[in-house]
Amino acid sequence: MGDKKKQKLQPNQQRYQAFQQKREIKRPIFKNCIKAFLIGGLICFIGQLISTFYIYQFNFTEKTVGNPTVATLIFLTMLLTGFGVYDRIAQFAGAGSAVPVTGFGNAVISSAIEYRSEGFILGVGSNMLKLAGPVIVYGVFSAFIVAIIKTILTQWGGF
Amino acid sequence: MLKGHQSWIFENRPSILSTGTVGGPFEAKGKIPEAFDILHEDMWLNQDSWEKAQQKMLEEAIQTTLKKGRIEKESVEFLIAGDLINQMTPTSFAASTSSIPFLGAFSACATSMESLALAASIINAKGANYILCAASSHNAATEKQFRYPTEYGGQKPPTSQWTVTGAGCALVAQNGTGPAITSATIGKVADMGMTDPFNMGGAMAIAAADTIEAHFRDMQIDPSYYDLIITGDLGHIGREVSLDLLHDRNIPIDAEKYVDCGIAIYREDQPVLAGGSGAACSAIVTYGHFLQEVIKGNLKRILVAATGSLHSTLSVQQKDPIPCIAHAVSIEARSEHI
Repeated sequence: MGDKKKQKLQPNQQRYQAFQQKREIKRPIFKNCIKAFLIGGLICFIGQLISTFYIYQFNFTEKTVGNPTVATLIFLTMLLTGFGVYDRIAQFAGAGSAVPVTGFGNAVISSAIEYRSEGFILGVGSNMLKLAGPVIVYGVFSAFIVAIIKTILTQWGGF
Repeated sequence: MLKGHQSWIFENRPSILSTGTVGGPFEAKGKIPEAFDILHEDMWLNQDSWEKAQQKMLEEAIQTTLKKGRIEKESVEFLIAGDLINQMTPTSFAASTSSIPFLGAFSACATSMESLALAASIINAKGANYILCAASSHNAATEKQFRYPTEYGGQKPPTSQWTVTGAGCALVAQNGTGPAITSATIGKVADMGMTDPFNMGGAMAIAAADTIEAHFRDMQIDPSYYDLIITGDLGHIGREVSLDLLHDRNIPIDAEKYVDCGIAIYREDQPVLAGGSGAACSAIVTYGHFLQEVIKGNLKRILVAATGSLHSTLSVQQKDPIPCIAHAVSIEARSEHI
């Protein structure tokens, strides 16, 4: 918690939070990083195998193989999410299964499944991107900013 | 009768005539499967939404309680119940099918003891002959509303808790052979500025400690009066924090006599992190497990302090702190049992 937020607290609240924090079980950050590195790496390795398979078996090039690889990974994620396995992998892997495209797929698919009981329009349709929406919004927005910076530098910077 | 600041003494000693508990598949694999009257293999209960499944479990808990108490539905004057889902619709729908005059109660996970205290108070004042009180929760329905979709792969921190799928119900009567409800302490809302919705136990511990302290002060007794002091769903962290707080306040509670429903319900090897939670947690473990120990004569006096955190998804997103509450009810064996 930031210092600014802490200043707003009453002294008894600050004392309680310190008291509570001493007994709180902390996230095992180092262990989580190792797990995320291994599982994240494994997912990327599988992605690489799929890419290589597509390049050698079909007429894809390194440039064009991205889309079918991502589609395959998302399809596998859909199966794992639907069968209730992905959330268990994620509890172990943390960022390792959240950061690759499979994590994005899982966020969309799990929301679609969850809100099916509210119907296709107000349920699935409007809630599907509830978790993944911010990723798209800020992904596009930051790409826009980066593009502007690049344009300014290349057009007027003389690089 | 009011005693002290915030406690009631029930001099007519209303009794808990019967109880009904229903659980899901995860609870069946837990530490106390014998505490449940009905256990379901399927989280859906053949319904088409989690919320309807929760409603169904509550209905079953009510029916089981009536059946075990050999009381007709028509003889019951009031149903006092609540849950965690938006506007408590599972409870309202269950109350609609049971067609018993209904009072909705909301104290989040402390609803079980709020409803029991209110029922005992009404019965004690001869405002009714029979009152049903109940609480229910459903893991998936609660996760959906408060956290993420069930199948979403988000890593939960070690402080987070597992919402119990189930429902617990008790029938309170003027007289009977069941254990007696002797007193209750109504808690104040405690706000310690805690904002992490993945650490409910740590936030609620202060409410439990406050209410337990108020109970001993109002009743002018000390912890040795009780065989067991039971908290609702503090989990491992909340239990430790509240116990240390009480020790700091010179209330000497024996650690072995201080148990938590959220820890009692699941086995250590189940992936529940800090323990169980949810409105059904304290209801099921109290009615299905500890109360049965009182009936068997293994325990004579218990104090149940159910804890609840009164936040909503909206208040958390607006960066508001998590307000917490605890209500305590004292249950004693009938004198002939002692």
